[in-house]
Amino acid sequence: MRKVLIANRGEIARRIIRTCKAQGVATVAVYSEADRNLPFVREADEAVHIGPPPVPHSYLNVEAIIAAAKETGADAVHPGYGLLSENAAFARRCRDEGLVFIGPSPEVIAQMGDKLTARRVMREAGVPVVPGCEEPVNTPDEAARVAAEIGYPVMLKASAGGGGIGMQICRDEAELRQAFQSARGRAKAYFGSDAMYVEAYVDSPRHIEVQIAGDAHGTVIHLLERECSIQRRHQKVLEESPSPFLDELARQRLCEAAVTAARAVGYTGVGTVEFIMDGNKNFYFLEMNTRLQVEHPVTEEMTGLDLVALQLEIARGNALPVAQGDVKALRHAIELRVYAEDPVTFLPSPGTITYYRPPQMDGVRVDDGVETGTQVTPFYDPMIAKVIASGTTREEAIQRAREAMRQFEVTGIKTNIPFLLEVLGDEAFRRGVYTTRFVEERKEKTT
Amino acid sequence: MMKNVTASMAGTVINVLVQAGDQVNQGQDVVVLESMKMEVPIQAEADGKVVEVKVNVGDFVNDGDVILVLE
Repeated sequence: MRKVLIANRGEIARRIIRTCKAQGVATVAVYSEADRNLPFVREADEAVHIGPPPVPHSYLNVEAIIAAAKETGADAVHPGYGLLSENAAFARRCRDEGLVFIGPSPEVIAQMGDKLTARRVMREAGVPVVPGCEEPVNTPDEAARVAAEIGYPVMLKASAGGGGIGMQICRDEAELRQAFQSARGRAKAYFGSDAMYVEAYVDSPRHIEVQIAGDAHGTVIHLLERECSIQRRHQKVLEESPSPFLDELARQRLCEAAVTAARAVGYTGVGTVEFIMDGNKNFYFLEMNTRLQVEHPVTEEMTGLDLVALQLEIARGNALPVAQGDVKALRHAIELRVYAEDPVTFLPSPGTITYYRPPQMDGVRVDDGVETGTQVTPFYDPMIAKVIASGTTREEAIQRAREAMRQFEVTGIKTNIPFLLEVLGDEAFRRGVYTTRFVEERKEKTT
Repeated sequence: MMKNVTASMAGTVINVLVQAGDQVNQGQDVVVLESMKMEVPIQAEADGKVVEVKVNVGDFVNDGDVILVLE
């Protein structure tokens, strides 16, 4: 592997470039018209313009990306997260063009991308799944029948969805019937498939995921968990590891289930098995993310491992350079996602960053994609930076995270930094006692 | 008196919920924008009758652009 094309943008493109540079691997950035002046474009060894700002014409434009790879002589493609990273057709196309796709096989991506198929595969492998239907439900009547069997409240989900998009909680039959058609229409529009399914709603839910890595020789290891329960609109805003909710026994059971899940599909690459856990520490498989995760730095700062380096090793066909016994939680790490959005309403806040100064502190890592003068455009995700604070204890990591948030200066756009500071100072958060309803419950308390 | 309904942020128009001649109430959603992967409804700031809709689905609007005119 001599030259890697990065089919992504912003902070994750920079993150991948960093490890490639350290290994002497050349990099090719691709960029849309809107991103021409972003740091990742000039930090790559080469950069190819692939189209206008909207993603269908640029970062999802398979033909333009393949052409860029050919033109620059890249021999591998790193898809990052989001965009084409879980697109089986793109992975297949790379393979057909003789390019190494840095990720699992297109077959595994397709299998895990269909949430109903993933549920079936996991159940057959002995991994617990949330009680729910096995086949798609096509009408409000069918959905109501399944929901009556499992009991309300239920989650209505799109089989082709994921990452919190295309799901809805329904507290009774009336809500389910009302939500069904519009949810189905949205699923069709967003994911190209209107297959819907119904799952039980797990009470006092924690969203805890396990990082796994598998090589082409059949070895699968886990890299411990990440606690991701602090979410707004079903999207993560703060992740930490180790999870303050898990004891050693629960941790061991969860991580073993994740390894079983990865083995069941013959997983190669780094990936994440997402679980939902109830107040009694019963856990259920939610979905598998067949790519590098936004929050992967939490695992890196906790274990001292470089996950992008692991991806490159696996893609080269080499054996995993770490054994299970070498994976230890050396530190406590907390990641804060800094979004260009209103800290109260969470509405997007595109605009020009007139001044940007990220924190510079011991024990604080910043993965960002912007600088002073950057135009944060409405075309892409609102995340502008990730701040990862770590320490020998959770308390120390929290202190550092708070100080980092106080030092972070961003003007010209609104950011959620005031909100992140509130979370870090929240009493329940400090005690480590929180569920996915944390943000909602805080709102209810203050209004 | 004419009143403009303007975009509260930059984004792409993904849904137009009213047409010329419709009566709308203050706070009613009139257009849905997509900005930063999120759907953002734009509301009428006053009661009135829609005189003209200035945008179509797929249009890109900037913060402050006029979306529709009410009277």
